[in-house]
Amino acid sequence: MAKATFRIWRGDADGGELRDYTTEVSEGMVVLDAVLQIQADEANDLAVRWNCKAGKCGSCSAEVNGVPKLMCMTRLNELPLEKPVTLHPMKAFPLVKDLVTDVSWNFEIKKRIKPFKPRPPDAEDGTWRMAQSDVDRVMEFRKCVECFLCQDVCHVLREHQLFDGFIGPRFLVHVAALEMHPLDTENRLEALRTDQGIGYCNITKCCTNVCPENITITDNAIIPLKERVVDEAYDPLRRFFRKMTGGR
Amino acid sequence: MTHATISLKTDGFGQTARSDAWWLQPTTVFFGLSAFILYSTWAAFQGEHYHFGPYLSPFYSPELFGDSPHSLFGPKPAWWFSWLPWSPAFLILWVPVGFRLTCYYYRGAYYKAFWADPPNCAVGEPRKRFRGENSFPLILQNIHRYFMYLALGFLVILSTDVWNALWFENAVTGETTFGMGIGTLVLATNVVLLSGYTLGCHSLRHLVGGRFDHLSKRPMRRTAYSCVGCLNQRHMLFAWMSLVWVGFSDVYVRMCSMGIWTDWRIF
Repeated sequence: MAKATFRIWRGDADGGELRDYTTEVSEGMVVLDAVLQIQADEANDLAVRWNCKAGKCGSCSAEVNGVPKLMCMTRLNELPLEKPVTLHPMKAFPLVKDLVTDVSWNFEIKKRIKPFKPRPPDAEDGTWRMAQSDVDRVMEFRKCVECFLCQDVCHVLREHQLFDGFIGPRFLVHVAALEMHPLDTENRLEALRTDQGIGYCNITKCCTNVCPENITITDNAIIPLKERVVDEAYDPLRRFFRKMTGGR
Repeated sequence: MTHATISLKTDGFGQTARSDAWWLQPTTVFFGLSAFILYSTWAAFQGEHYHFGPYLSPFYSPELFGDSPHSLFGPKPAWWFSWLPWSPAFLILWVPVGFRLTCYYYRGAYYKAFWADPPNCAVGEPRKRFRGENSFPLILQNIHRYFMYLALGFLVILSTDVWNALWFENAVTGETTFGMGIGTLVLATNVVLLSGYTLGCHSLRHLVGGRFDHLSKRPMRRTAYSCVGCLNQRHMLFAWMSLVWVGFSDVYVRMCSMGIWTDWRIF
């Protein structure tokens, strides 16, 4: 059976190192399989977070050869196994141990976003009526598994650590899902422009590139939100027209 | 089991654990855009060889003032400062330049290629300070939709140029006849590619329908949103194809005008 070497980050917030582990690999294996095999055979104390092994729980996020990926969705036959496969934890977030990071900042950010606020029900039984075509647009955003790979790769958070002024692509997608929802009546645009810092995004599309659910984050969520913010704050003609017509 | 001590944080320009050729894409963009900027600047400063028969270079269209038969309002205006270099292109090139400069696709591409902000995804940057498009000067990128309005007008003008490029004057009799040359096809292809790029603009997508949450009640807008969205998915492709072709269109007209290339008539 073939063997491959995995160079895995071992350490905690105080420091660490990359250690090489060689293990047997076979057809159909993903990176998480190899990591769990290493954990079982050679490194029982290796910390790795995982759950579904199906790309749906978003737990096993890491950086495979420097690229943020879900380990359970990264097949070994996609990697050059003649060289060691490097595994780092997500670098944007505080390290807990080995491949496990503390992503709790994301949950705090989510609490700060104005929640869904539907219009009054359309029918007496308290239900609403929506056209499927109106909901289709936001369905894409609901595929998000909150793996936070997009947050990890976003250079505003990863490199510049602007955690206080920017909510990151994951939550721009969340805001887009709410803002574009046909039933929602809340206005989040001013918060987007100020506290949530949508202007920090400089459209490098790194978030789109790493999304395991293939959500078109930049083109379908962030840029449409940027355009809505322009409507609200930076387009004098549009503001004039809106005042004249009384529309939003 | 071997050990290798490496810093976990990326804290230096170009530092990354990526093992692929991450530098290839920004380098290609850098050289591609630089080549176009250099050529188009040179071509704009020439002020000659920008028309040939019924053809007008897209770098000079519309020719508001100038010496060619395509000029709309006559020769170089008297109010033009004598100490300023003159070319008919100076009056109009700011529109396509502004449109591309503020385009969402190009922004992402040149922030990487020219500013290394970041050099590529998950690669260390040269600067620690970052203000993004949150403050001056990059907050001005929000003007993009105004350039888009003007760019739509340019599509109409360039389409008119293609129509004009179908009418050839007989040098002997002075009679104008309908025809088609290779130059006509070059200019027509230019309009097709520029339309693919301009009509796939993110701002246009927003304005025709993206800003509404209830498109089902607006069937015309829904169709327009869908069509623009379709082109928008290939925005990068059209951005590059139209950039290359608009440059080639100028080269073609210039070469014909200088007598280096012959414009073959199809009929």
